[in-house]
Amino acid sequence: MTKRASDVSASPPRRRSKYILAPLVLIAANVVLFSLFFVWPAVLGLIYSFTNYTGVGVFQFVGLDNYHHLVGDSTFYDALTRTLLYAVLFVPLNFGLSLLAANLVVNKHAKGASVARVVFFIPWLLSPIVVGVLWRWLFGENFGLVNYLIEQFGGSAVPWQSNADLSLIVVVMAASWAWTGFSMLLFIAAIKNVPVSYYEAAALDGAGPWRQFISITLPSIAPTSFIVILLNTINAMKEYPVFVALNNGGPGTSNNLLVQYIYETGFKRGQIGYASAASFVLMLILMAVAIIQLIVNRRVENR
Amino acid sequence: MKTTEIPRPVAAGPGRTVSKKRSRGAGSGGLRQAVSATTLLWIMACLYGLPVLWFVLSSLKPASDLFSYPLTLVPHNPTLSGFKTAWESANFSQYFINTAIVCVITTILTVGVSCCTGYALAKYDNRWLKAFFLCILATTMLPSEVMLAPEFLVVRNLGLYNSFAGIILPAVLTATGCFMFRQFFLTVPDELVEAARIDGARELSIFLRIMVPLSRPIMLTLAILSFQWRWNDYIWPLLMLNDPNKFTVQIGIQSIVGAQNINWSVLLGASVISMIPLILVFLVFQRYVMGADINAGLKD
Repeated sequence: MTKRASDVSASPPRRRSKYILAPLVLIAANVVLFSLFFVWPAVLGLIYSFTNYTGVGVFQFVGLDNYHHLVGDSTFYDALTRTLLYAVLFVPLNFGLSLLAANLVVNKHAKGASVARVVFFIPWLLSPIVVGVLWRWLFGENFGLVNYLIEQFGGSAVPWQSNADLSLIVVVMAASWAWTGFSMLLFIAAIKNVPVSYYEAAALDGAGPWRQFISITLPSIAPTSFIVILLNTINAMKEYPVFVALNNGGPGTSNNLLVQYIYETGFKRGQIGYASAASFVLMLILMAVAIIQLIVNRRVENR
Repeated sequence: MKTTEIPRPVAAGPGRTVSKKRSRGAGSGGLRQAVSATTLLWIMACLYGLPVLWFVLSSLKPASDLFSYPLTLVPHNPTLSGFKTAWESANFSQYFINTAIVCVITTILTVGVSCCTGYALAKYDNRWLKAFFLCILATTMLPSEVMLAPEFLVVRNLGLYNSFAGIILPAVLTATGCFMFRQFFLTVPDELVEAARIDGARELSIFLRIMVPLSRPIMLTLAILSFQWRWNDYIWPLLMLNDPNKFTVQIGIQSIVGAQNINWSVLLGASVISMIPLILVFLVFQRYVMGADINAGLKD
């Protein structure tokens, strides 16, 4: 018995050691790219975050000074809180819209679902820059379609661009609109995988569509929901192009987000060391998000 | 794509509704559900479609009509002059060619490299391969936006500043691409590889002759995704490029937005032109994008 077991376990290691060259050749290109464009910058970034490097010339180690400054830097705080607020608004809105879209598209009673699916998906194809331009065109204060319609219905023009909160909301709507198609695809695949028999059994027990959605669909697609939330949170934390094209972080600097802050400090003001420290704060946030999601996800799957 | 449906009693009909958010009358028959689901679907589709429609139709208006009240959806005198000015002004045609070059080269490299890596990760089980898999996972946690400054310096030190290579090379390794191929090759039975080995085929020729042709659908899916990512890239090309003759379309559009007075006619034309290649690619290869493959790749 023991002998046989050891025989079985002995054969995979033999196979393992047999092929070294082939897999090595196959991953060689990616290993080189990974070391050049990931490990090297990551190490450099960590080192620079403890220096006063400006991108040229010599630099000195300044210890934790950069991080100390960050703690007291109100511009950084504003960018950080604005980014978090943006994520808190964007993620649930996108989640709700794409889940609704997915449910409507797979609904066999809905006519024209295949056309609608393409309509929902097209915004995802547009570049963030074009999305920004498009929504700027829609929400222009003096010329935009939205304000025109509001005035036609007797309202007064809304200051979409000059009010900081409203202009953040416009970006949230624009980004949710643009990302719906992608999240929707993930949801569609998940919903289609739910066994039809669950719904049949629920219907026999007299459960209505809403009840079925809450008790069957939502729990069944939980893993996909987590992926959608994870991806959207990460995307929200590093958003930049939509803001640039829509209102350039404006009005003024009130909607400067983290990536824009890093870009401005690092490249416009040449404070590479300081910008690297800010980058590492962003990185810690992203890792925290990913780890929290992994833990929650595991709990849900083990339940 | 669709599985055949087994005919079932009418009474079970409403039970098969996957989900209905608004109509609660489950037992009251399919008509009400059909009406409410269809209505809701089309209200939503209109909300999603109208911005694009308004944008594209506006780009067909002559510059003088853009701001003339009352606003009209359909242009009175449709013209392509906005596109023409956009194309001719500010080197836009050059930007377009630059972007096309960058996208095509990056996409080819991404698909090739991801296919190799995905196959190795799926079909060999050396310990260091698992370690490298974790490394690739790490790249999703640390996106390039986080390392803008150091990555810029590295690429500059490699002498790639202000070159297309500086945009292309850092973009070739994508975790999503590797996952997609890994997931796919996991579904290919090991017996196929074993049989080829018994026939005396060498490892790399098994990969090239048997596995690469098998993975054609994944290649196409990743190619479309990669083309879309690179076509829409903004911040990295912005950092890398200094020479206006090498600018990409997105930088070109953003420079029109950043001008003191936005020339909306040119901006609308340029934006709509920049949308055309992706929409065409999407419409041709729609079924690949809409398939579940993206999901399989990201699930891991």
